[in-house]
Amino acid sequence: MPAPLGLAIAARHLLHRRRQTVTSLLGVALGVAFFIAIASMMQGFQKDFVNRIIDSSPHVTIKDEFRTPPPQPVESAYRGAVIQLRGLKPKDEVRGLRGARAIIAALEQLPGLKVAPTLSGNALLRYGPKDLSVNVNGIVPDKERLVTKLEKDLIAGKLEGLYTAANGIILGEGVALKAGIAMDDLVSVVSPEGVVLRMKVVGIFRSGITATDNFDTYVLMKKAQVLQNRPNVINRVRIRMDDVEQSEALAKSIEARFGYRTESWQEQSSNVLGIFVIQNAIMYSTVGAILIVACFGIFNVISTVVFEKTKDIGIMKSMGFRDADIRRVFVYEGLMVGAIGVVMGWALGFALVEFMGSLEFKMEGFVRAEGFVLYKTPKHYVISGAMGLVASTFAAWLPARRASRLKPVDIVRGAA
Amino acid sequence: MTAAIPILEARRLTRELPGPVPVTLVRDIDMRVTAGEFVAVTGPSGSGKSSLLYLLGLLDSPSAGDVLVDGQPTAGMTDNALADLRLARFGFVFQFHFLLPEFSARDNVQIPMRRLGVLSAADIRGRADFLLETLGLADHAHKLPEQMSGGQRQRVAVARALANDPAIILADEPTGNLDTKSAETVFSLFRQLASDQGRAVVVVTHDTELAARADRRIHLVDGCIVP
Repeated sequence: MPAPLGLAIAARHLLHRRRQTVTSLLGVALGVAFFIAIASMMQGFQKDFVNRIIDSSPHVTIKDEFRTPPPQPVESAYRGAVIQLRGLKPKDEVRGLRGARAIIAALEQLPGLKVAPTLSGNALLRYGPKDLSVNVNGIVPDKERLVTKLEKDLIAGKLEGLYTAANGIILGEGVALKAGIAMDDLVSVVSPEGVVLRMKVVGIFRSGITATDNFDTYVLMKKAQVLQNRPNVINRVRIRMDDVEQSEALAKSIEARFGYRTESWQEQSSNVLGIFVIQNAIMYSTVGAILIVACFGIFNVISTVVFEKTKDIGIMKSMGFRDADIRRVFVYEGLMVGAIGVVMGWALGFALVEFMGSLEFKMEGFVRAEGFVLYKTPKHYVISGAMGLVASTFAAWLPARRASRLKPVDIVRGAA
Repeated sequence: MTAAIPILEARRLTRELPGPVPVTLVRDIDMRVTAGEFVAVTGPSGSGKSSLLYLLGLLDSPSAGDVLVDGQPTAGMTDNALADLRLARFGFVFQFHFLLPEFSARDNVQIPMRRLGVLSAADIRGRADFLLETLGLADHAHKLPEQMSGGQRQRVAVARALANDPAIILADEPTGNLDTKSAETVFSLFRQLASDQGRAVVVVTHDTELAARADRRIHLVDGCIVP
């Protein structure tokens, strides 16, 4: 059968049942539009989050920990034996990266990366009646500004403030707000070692990542070492890379070389990245459900057409239309509803995305945001279009097959 | 004018409906129709005349026996081959016009030609208009079936049956739903198709008066031909 004839018959059928056709079109269009809107919102959020992480936190962090505890001498002596050790006590030693200078020196030789040492530890920040548990990072500002964007995140004060003030401290915005601390206020910082330092707030930063803003503070390396009573010790080396994609490979090679636990940014935010996988699964199943409902609409309209057009099918077959010709007519109908629905959905989806982009609101979850961050890509249109077309073709296929199997003699005899 | 080989032939044609109590629609029918011959099939209701017509028109497959078109047996042909044969060699007219309601008279007549796909679009349109004009429907070509009278619709159906210039015209009670005047018009049309255009025409009718004007009359009772 020449395609134009099949398309002409299909089109007339659909135009004859305008209301049902429009309902099915809307089903497909809404499915496609929602997919585009939701996908752009979700992926926008995810990409924004990843960008913020890549931007603000180090790409690779070397910690003063080991992934597996060091083997006991007896274990290496009797490899594979069952060994029970009692009364084992951890060595009381100064924690920190041993040979940190050598590690840093070695890393600085490598091209395409910047290195900053840190001594990070917990402390209590006391201001008036408030006690806040915070993470105190001892940093070297000149190196820090190469590795993290702390300097850019400052909403008050300067990174140099750490050098100029006697005991300077930079707080996250969340910490400052919770305790009601303003710039130049004096706070007490109490370490687990019992050291108390009176420190002056020389800066407040806002990274946009809530956990960081509510928990992190920065002081000079020397002050942190005093506070933690760990002179000349660092326990973190943080690395920023020119090529973010290399983070995991670099982390592995560093860990293999120096033995210390080394985490890439992916590993550090694996919990959130795991949530993204679930988010995407939810998105695809929601949109899938919408499209299935749309499929029922198409199935319904084409089934009705097949039922109503039984006589026409009979006469077309007696005229000499093959089974496949009849099937094609009704599959064309599904394809038409699908194609037009997809195009309508594209337009609607585009409008929805633009509308969401224009919304402004404040939200604080994983990250602080002032509206939807939307990711716009032709990929969403291609995926949703393909899903819409496949779904509508499938929905049309079943009634089309039934139509093609009708026997002309049954129809002609029944009607006459 | 009779050809040596009958254009349509039935050999010991039998059709049974299977079931707990099998029903025999037609039994052991032997008949031949030659080009230019106008055959009327008559008989009481339920005598199997329509069933015979469907078998002759390859719309139904016989339980036993065979239908020969142009001397070629059709038993064992695939559904597609049968459809192609119907498209090129047969024209059907039924009691109900069976026009596609969404298409104009002209479009309805064009559909078999477009399916065959031999003529150009312009030629198809030209032939559709020619056929409608021949049947006195030139002014109605643009109308939808629902805008026409019963007689007009049936004439459009005849025009459609003639679209691919078939050698065989099969009609099942074509005048059953028409008033006397329209019935007369349609019937004389079939008469012409046989006598003037040399087509083989088989018409099922219960109207003995009309049947009397056929070249030959086949009378069926209980699925068998009675003399």
